[in-house]
Formats: sequence, structure tokens, C-alpha cells
Amino acid sequence: MDVSYEWLKELVDVPVTPEELADKVSRTGIEVPSVTYRGAGMKKLVIGHIESEVMHPNSDHLHICQVDVGEDELRQIICGAPNVAAGQTVVAALPGARIANNVKIKRGKIRGEVSDGMLCALQEIGFSDSVAPHKYSDGIYVFDEAIKPGTDAMDVLGMNDAVLDFDITPNRADILGMRGTAWEVGATYGNKPHFEEKHLVEGSQKTADMLKVSVTDPKDAPSYNLRVVTGVKIQDSPLWMQKRLWNAGVRPINNIVDITNYIMLYFGQPLHAFDYDKLDNKEILVRRATDGEKLTTLDGNDHELVSDDIVITDGDKPVALAGVMGGLNSEITKDTTTVVFEAATFNHINIRKTAQRYNLRSQASIRFERGIDLASIVPALNEAARLAGELGGGTATAGVITGSSVSADPVVIDISLNRINKILGTQISAVAVSKIFDQLGFGVQEQASADDVIFTVSVPARRWDISIVPDLIEEVARIYGYDQLPSTLPTTSQTVGTLTTVQERVRRSRKLLEAMGMDQAITYALRREGDNKHFILEPGETTKLAWPMTVDHQELRQNMLSGLLDAVKYNVAHGTADIALYEQGRTFIRHAGHDRPAEHEYLAGVFSGSMQQDSWNQKAKPVDFFTVKGIVSALLDDFDIAGNIEFAATDLDSALHPGQGASIYLDGERIGLLGRLHPEFEHEEGLPATFVFELNLEPLFVADRNVKIAVPAPKFPGVTRDVALLIADNVTDQQVLDVIKANGGKYLQSARLFDVYAGPKLPAGTKSLAYTLTYLNPEATLTDETVSASFAKVTAALESELKAHIR
Amino acid sequence: MDLQDKLQALLKENQKKIEETKELDDLDKIRVNLLGKKGPITQVLRGMRDLDATERPKVGAFANSIRDELNAALDEQRETLRRERVARKLAKETVDVTMPGTPVRLGTPHILQQIIDDLSDFFLGMGYQIVDSYEVEQDHYNFEMLNIPADHPARDMQDTFYLNKELLMRTQTSAAQSRTLEKHDFSKGPLKMISPGRVYRRDTDDATHSHQFHQMEGLVIDKNITMADLKGTLLAMAQHVFGADREIRLRPSYFPFTEPSVEVDVSCFRCGGKGCSVCKYSGWIEVLGAGMVHPNVLTYAGVDADVYGGFAFGLGPDRFAMLKYGVDDIRSFYTDDVRFLEQFHKEG
Repeated sequence: MDVSYEWLKELVDVPVTPEELADKVSRTGIEVPSVTYRGAGMKKLVIGHIESEVMHPNSDHLHICQVDVGEDELRQIICGAPNVAAGQTVVAALPGARIANNVKIKRGKIRGEVSDGMLCALQEIGFSDSVAPHKYSDGIYVFDEAIKPGTDAMDVLGMNDAVLDFDITPNRADILGMRGTAWEVGATYGNKPHFEEKHLVEGSQKTADMLKVSVTDPKDAPSYNLRVVTGVKIQDSPLWMQKRLWNAGVRPINNIVDITNYIMLYFGQPLHAFDYDKLDNKEILVRRATDGEKLTTLDGNDHELVSDDIVITDGDKPVALAGVMGGLNSEITKDTTTVVFEAATFNHINIRKTAQRYNLRSQASIRFERGIDLASIVPALNEAARLAGELGGGTATAGVITGSSVSADPVVIDISLNRINKILGTQISAVAVSKIFDQLGFGVQEQASADDVIFTVSVPARRWDISIVPDLIEEVARIYGYDQLPSTLPTTSQTVGTLTTVQERVRRSRKLLEAMGMDQAITYALRREGDNKHFILEPGETTKLAWPMTVDHQELRQNMLSGLLDAVKYNVAHGTADIALYEQGRTFIRHAGHDRPAEHEYLAGVFSGSMQQDSWNQKAKPVDFFTVKGIVSALLDDFDIAGNIEFAATDLDSALHPGQGASIYLDGERIGLLGRLHPEFEHEEGLPATFVFELNLEPLFVADRNVKIAVPAPKFPGVTRDVALLIADNVTDQQVLDVIKANGGKYLQSARLFDVYAGPKLPAGTKSLAYTLTYLNPEATLTDETVSASFAKVTAALESELKAHIR
Repeated sequence: MDLQDKLQALLKENQKKIEETKELDDLDKIRVNLLGKKGPITQVLRGMRDLDATERPKVGAFANSIRDELNAALDEQRETLRRERVARKLAKETVDVTMPGTPVRLGTPHILQQIIDDLSDFFLGMGYQIVDSYEVEQDHYNFEMLNIPADHPARDMQDTFYLNKELLMRTQTSAAQSRTLEKHDFSKGPLKMISPGRVYRRDTDDATHSHQFHQMEGLVIDKNITMADLKGTLLAMAQHVFGADREIRLRPSYFPFTEPSVEVDVSCFRCGGKGCSVCKYSGWIEVLGAGMVHPNVLTYAGVDADVYGGFAFGLGPDRFAMLKYGVDDIRSFYTDDVRFLEQFHKEG
């Protein structure tokens, strides 16, 4: 809400500058992020009176004006505005003036005639189209009243006024009116506002004789009140009113519409005005719209209404969308003579939904959504009627007619001093607390006991945000000042701050991958349609957003790789070829028949190019299957799982290379995948050669770990034997190891593949594998005979079981 | 020439020869030639049987002394040659120490992760537990239990990705509050927790908005928790993250689940509060929202609001990272450009 500093000062004493006020209020109540001056940077704008006007001899549209700007002599100013005429009081920018957009005005000649300044439209001096009156939109602004020539026009137009931007939180809608703002500012400085209450003089004709009113359901319109003003002359509002409106961001239209807006700005109470003569039945009925009922609103748009909309009808057809916008059929026009003012409150939910449904959110609807001061409804209505007399010469008829009404009694809350200090951690005195409540304009009675004081606080209806003790504690705290609050740490019984084993494990896995050269990525968990087709480790249904914003983010991810592959594409497109990224996060696995997906922690990685750059002593080596397997194996080893982890070329995803892909199994359960992407998939996706892995961490979290019991380092040296095999090329390393282990004897510690050869020197369909077998007896030195005997068993088994030829 | 003169001459001649020898092998040959069984010294000693018994010890001693001197000369020259050889070897092995080491690639934790881990460790140190909660949340926990009923104006501030009427992508980590409150056994002590994680809003992605970002909720509930405790906790946190000289200030604000509610500003870490472009010349930067837990939130979760109370706060790791490192586009966190990510590799 834009708050005029000058208007505010008329309502309450403000002992500080606008900037100081903004800073203080920001810390005690409402954030005021900016203070602006419409006239900032402008100068030498004065009131001018056009004494004479003739057409420019060399132009069909320029006028030569002699203008009194309060100096000894008139100034000749050329003006192109079509509405310029002798006798007008206007804004003149003198030579040396600066107008909007830092434009400088100079004395000059226009088509041979001297022009000693410029006559201005409001748009040329900082008024936006949304606040400048329409009437002058094609020409210069003309004052409706006489003003002494030479007067500072910026003062006259309110351009030197400071406008404070009160950024109001939803609970403080009481500040959506100048009176509420004055209360807030007053409370901050310990000053009570002083509102000028003017008495409404009513005519003799009774309102009730002119119009009937009823409300179908008081829940829709808890308070609904009307007044009628007769004999109104529709005209422009006086300058003081226009100034207040445009400094609050509202465009002046005519005196009656302006009054409704002015009252809204002043009381925070939205008003509506109907043209009485356009109400066919002289009867106002507030009811729900029927489905399909039609209304053309003031903005000229047609609406087909639904039964959630509350409408104001003339007893028959809608004449307004309650609380949102009036109907064109009852609009105030220049011919209106009798005006019906409406002051009401409506069900905020209906108002919000209706405003949203027809995209008609307005200053009025926002106020109804957030609530209004129930005690101000009728006073606002009376003041509107009074102003219609003052500004339009009308007469208010006798009495308010009411379709429904609500109580506006204060809310009474008991609060104890000890409670306040206990919650805030302060030692504020009873006197200080009492003073704060008084500053806020709350009634307060104290009852002191031996060790406490109870305040009975009476909260006026204008602060409908306050209903419970903590609300009052907040009032005390903010006016007392958060700066004065001490800074302490909670004193509680001891608590243990420690990561859970799962959190520990996730964190360690991240650190390991980083130590192994991978960067951590964070990608979007909301995916495109199709992103969940591949890399699935657990079967499940896709979970979709009900109303996605874009096609790029509409499904919850069921794999971690689609996001990482986006990252690969992004990096490649930006010239980075060497990529090693991992992401740890959730996938969403939804089982058929369930609405809610399970959230499983996954870990995945993508690789492209080389892990290591070329350097002077080693060449870059492109990532291959075994680079990735090495990283994944190291990571899995670190879990120290008691169970059996296996890699096998089974259950392969079709997006993986059929010859370079593997599934990872934990005791037979598929928990991961790794490999190169299928070249066809890479081609379709526009990816370079890319290697991936993906792990479902959930089974790993819960799998049994090896029991850690210390074993002394062996005192006796191990003995190694190497064996080289010529073997069929479809025999796997795993098969060989299985045979070696099964026949290794009790002293075999490990068997390690150290050489692989396949080539033209070997018979077709064969390859050569070489293993180092390590034997160790922790109890004694192994004899050559023992090892040889064991080793012979292994070689024999390899020969017989795998048809290996020992080389 | 008697034996002694002969030996003396032998010594002279060979001392010089030894000094001039440049190869260890040659030195060995000299040793064999001079001191071996067929060498001149041995010959002399053999010739002693022709001498008088009285002469023998004298000549024998002299011959031994000559042998010792020759041995010493050989040893000395051997040591000299060895040192020279070592020196040559070292010279040959000398490298240019300014050349780069063999590259070892270290990966980089994501900058948001670094912020989250740093804050997590900070709060762990103060005895908080870390609660991981659901990203797909029930409307009930994301809104209702937090004192945000369906028609509440605060829902205007939350644009939500719904899955259906009941389920949504959580819009705030505050959703973890009520779940934890419901489960916590207060007879076993206070609740002190943080809950970091991803949240989702129905926003169009641009430089300052992202449909996915991160939050960290904090919650402390016990019998005697004060707003001063909140202020002290956030001050310690701000000083930990933004520097020991930082100050904080609280400003009134509004959240449905806290009362009183505050926005928290930290004094500008760039200019120290004098005013600069980072703090928009105010000296202060808004960093988080906080407040004292609304009694409705406690009551809904089955906690006696007359006995227990405390504070909650919610901060944004994305915002922290943007502020602390001057990141001007939130999308940078999620496009994962390696060049962006890796600049944060020095954790310091």
C-alpha cells in the first residue's frame, strides 16, 4: 500500500522524516522497502495561466500561448496540445526545468517562433497512465480551480510528497487504510491519531422509502448496508482529493467514484456506488448467482457466473459481483443524479475464488479477502454520503438501510506479565507493557498479585488479527523492540547431536565419490514424460503432477540418470567434454494401487571423456567400463557388506550397450546398473559416448555388515604362484575365480587377474588369462610342498572344469 | 738398496698412482696387485726369513706400516670416488620442481551441499538432530497442521504442485515440523531438530525463481524456550556462516505457524553495514524467517501448548549461497555446468 506522508501527518503526529519513519516502521511493524517522490529529479515547474492563445502561423497544430507564470512579463510558450486554450491554469516548465526522464527544458525557437518553456501533460512530469486522469490523456493537464501563477506546481500536484511503500503481510490488512496506518505509526512513536470526524446532515426523505434491501444468506454477506444520496452533480473531484488518490496509485475518475476509492484508502473499507435510476426494481437483494447467469462488469467484460459467486441484484438481475466489481448496467455516469452507496463485508473465501475465477483481483477484493474493520463499515458509509454532499452537492436521505449486520465488539484477552517475559526471555516491567497496549489504542486493566500482573486487554475491532495471547506477546515484543531482546542459547537438558547411520553413510559415499574425482550435481527431480522409461531399478507406476507448469517438469523421477544425462548434454553444449558427475537424491517409486510414491535414496553417476587431463608425464585415458566399475566397486567395498555383491551382464536396460552393461546384485537382488549407454541411445539423445551407474541405496542401508573383530597382522610371509591359462574366450573371470576358490585349499588367500591377452598369436576362440594366487598360513611358514600340492589341485580343476590349457 | 728403502719407494710410487686413479675397478686392481699374495709387500715379508732374527721384527713392523698406509690411501680414494659417483647420479636425477605434479582429480561437492553440510554440522554441534522428511507430502502436513487451512490467505503465497487433492510436492520443509512433533516423546527430553531438503513451488524458472530449491527448517521445543533463545541461536548461526563480526536484527513478519513471527536480517558481510550494492545500501540483508511456534501447531500435533513451546526458523541454502558467493542466477545450481560447480572445490 502506498502511503502519503503528508496525508499521514494530517492523521497523526510523525516526529521524523519519511526515510526515518520507513526504517523505524520496518523494524516495529510493517516492512517499508522504499520511499519515493514523484517529483524526484524535476525542477522549475510552476503554475501558469494562459492569457491568450493563437495558432502558430507556420503550423496547423501548434499554438502560441502567452502565459502568466507569476513574473513581471508574460512568457511566450509554444504548445502542441489540442486542448490548450486561453484562460486555462496549467503546468509550465520554465527554461532550465527538468521534467520526467531527466529531460531538460530550454528556451528555443519552434518553426521561427520563440518558445520560452513548455506546457506539460501529467505523463510528462512523472505520472503514469494508470493514475493520470483520462480526461487529459490527449493533452496538457488543466486545473479545475484557480491557482496563483508562479506557484510551485510540484507542491500543488503533491509531487514533493513522500510515498511510503508499506509491504503488508496478509495478517495486517488493518493497514490497508490510512486510519489503520495512522494507528500503527502512532503506536510506534507513542502518539494517538486524531481523526477529524465530520457530521453527516441527512435530508428528510427516508432511505427506506426509496429502496429495499435484503440478504439471502448472512454468511455470504455478514454486514450489508446502503445509503442513498440524491441530487448529485457528477464532476471532477477537487484537487486535494485527486492528489490523495494519485499518490496512492489510484486514478481520479469522477467525484462519486473517487469518493468510493477515497473512503477505501481512508478506512480500508471498499465501497461501491450504483446509479439509483438504473436499478429497475428499487430493491437490492444479495444472493448467490445461478449457474450460467450473465453479468457485464465495469471493465466491459462479459461473465457467465457460477453458484459460488455472490451477486448484488436489483431484485431480479445481477448489478454487481459482490466485493469484486460492479456491473456496467448500474454504473455511475455523468448523467447520474441519485447514488446508492454500498458498505458491506462478504465471505472472504467466495470473494477470493470469484476474483481468481474472472481474473478480477482488485484493491477492493484483496481487502475483502483479508478482512476489514467491522467497526468502520457504517462510519465509512456515512462519510461517503457526507462527501457526496460536499463534492457533488447531493443530499443524503435519512437513515442507513441494512440487510445484515455484525457486532464489532472488542476482543478481550487476559495475559500475564510473567508469560510475556517467559516467552520473550525478557524482564519488561508492568508499566512498560501497559504503556505499549495503551499506545496501540487497546484498552487495558491491570490486576497485580504477589508475583505477577494480569492485564485484561481489550482489542478493538480494527485489529481483527489479534485473538490469542501470543498475538499480544508479538505486539509487546515489536513495540518494545526486537533490538532490545537479549541473545541467549536454549538451556535444555542435554541432547545428542549426531548423524543417523543412514545420514552418515550417505555423507561418506558422497565424500568417497568426490575423492575418486567426481563432481556432485543436483538436477531437477520433476522430469519430462519419457524420462522414466529407462534406468529403472524398482518397478513402479509413474507419479504425475496434477497441473504441471511446463512439459519439462511433469513427472516425479523414478531414476537418477535422466537428470544427470541432461547435465551431460548441457556441459557438452557448453564445450566441456570431460565430465564425471554424480547425484545423490530421491526417486519416487509408486506401487500400483497407491497414491503416494515411496521415496528411495539413490546414487548415480555419469562419465564422458577422460577423468584425467593430458599431462606432461601421462596421457589422458578415456573413461571405460572398468573405470566406472572400479569406482562403483570401491564405493560398495566401503559399505563392508557381509552379503555377496555380484556384477553380471543380465537384466540389462535396453539403453545400455549390450556388451558393456551390467546389473549389480546384492545377494541376488538387483540394486544397481552400470555400463556404457547404447550407441543408438546416445545417438537419439545427442549424447557423446557416456558411461553411467545407478545404485538403489535402500537395500545397502539395511544389509548386514561384516562384524569387525581384530585379526593380528600375519607373522609369516605369504607365498605367491602365478598361473597362465589358455581358455575359451567365452569363459568369464568370475567363472575362473569360482573354480580357483573352490579348489584353492585352506591357505589360499586371494586370486587376482593380472593379465589378459587375446590376439592372432593364440588359436581362434581362445584367450589367455593370468592370475596370481596368494597362499598364507597365519600359524606357520608354508612349505613349498604344501603350496605346490594346493596349486596343483587348482590347475587340475581349471583343466578339467573349464578346459583350460595351463601355459 | 735395503728392504726398507724398497718399501719406501713402493709407497711413494703407489700413493701417487692411487690418487690419480679414477675408476673403482682400477682401484681394486691396484689393491690386488700391491697387497695380494703375489704383491710386493707380501714378497718383502716373505724375504724376511733371510734376515737376522733381530732385524725381522723391525722390518716386519715397517712393512706392515707401509701396507697400512697403502690401505688407507686406497680407502680414501675409494670414498672420494664413491662420493663423486653419487654426486653425478644426483645431478642426473635432478628434476624441475616447478613442473606440475602428476594430476590427481578431486571432485567437488555441490555448493548447496556445502552450505547444507556446514549448517548441519553447526547444529549437530549444538545437539540438534537432523530429520529427513518426505518430498511428497500430504496437504495435511504441508498446510493444515501448520495452521494454514484451505481458505487461509497465506496460501496465496504458496503456489503448489499438487499430485491430487491430498498429495503435493512439499512447498516448505516446515512440513517436517508436525511429523516430528507428533512422534517426539517429550518425557525423554526436548526436541531440537533441523530438517534440510528440497522443496517445490509452482514458479516459472528465471534468475531468481526456481520450481525446485532447498530449505532448512529448524525447530526447538521444550518447557522454557524463549524468543531470546531464538535470537541467540540465529546470531550464532549467522556468525558461523557469514563471519564472526556479523550482527542480526529481527523485524516483525507473518507466518501462520509462528506467533510472534520475524524476518531476520544479517548485517552486510560485504560492506560490514555501511551500505553497498549487495545490501542495496541498507547495511542489512534479509536471510530467513523465524518465530515462536504457534500454539495451534503444537495443539494439532498433540503437544500441550500450555507446557511446551519454542521456536522455529526456515532458511534457504540457495539464498545463502547466492548471497555468500554472489551467484546471480538460481538456475546455475541446477544446470550443473562443471565450470560453475568446480569453482567451489576449495572448501577452505
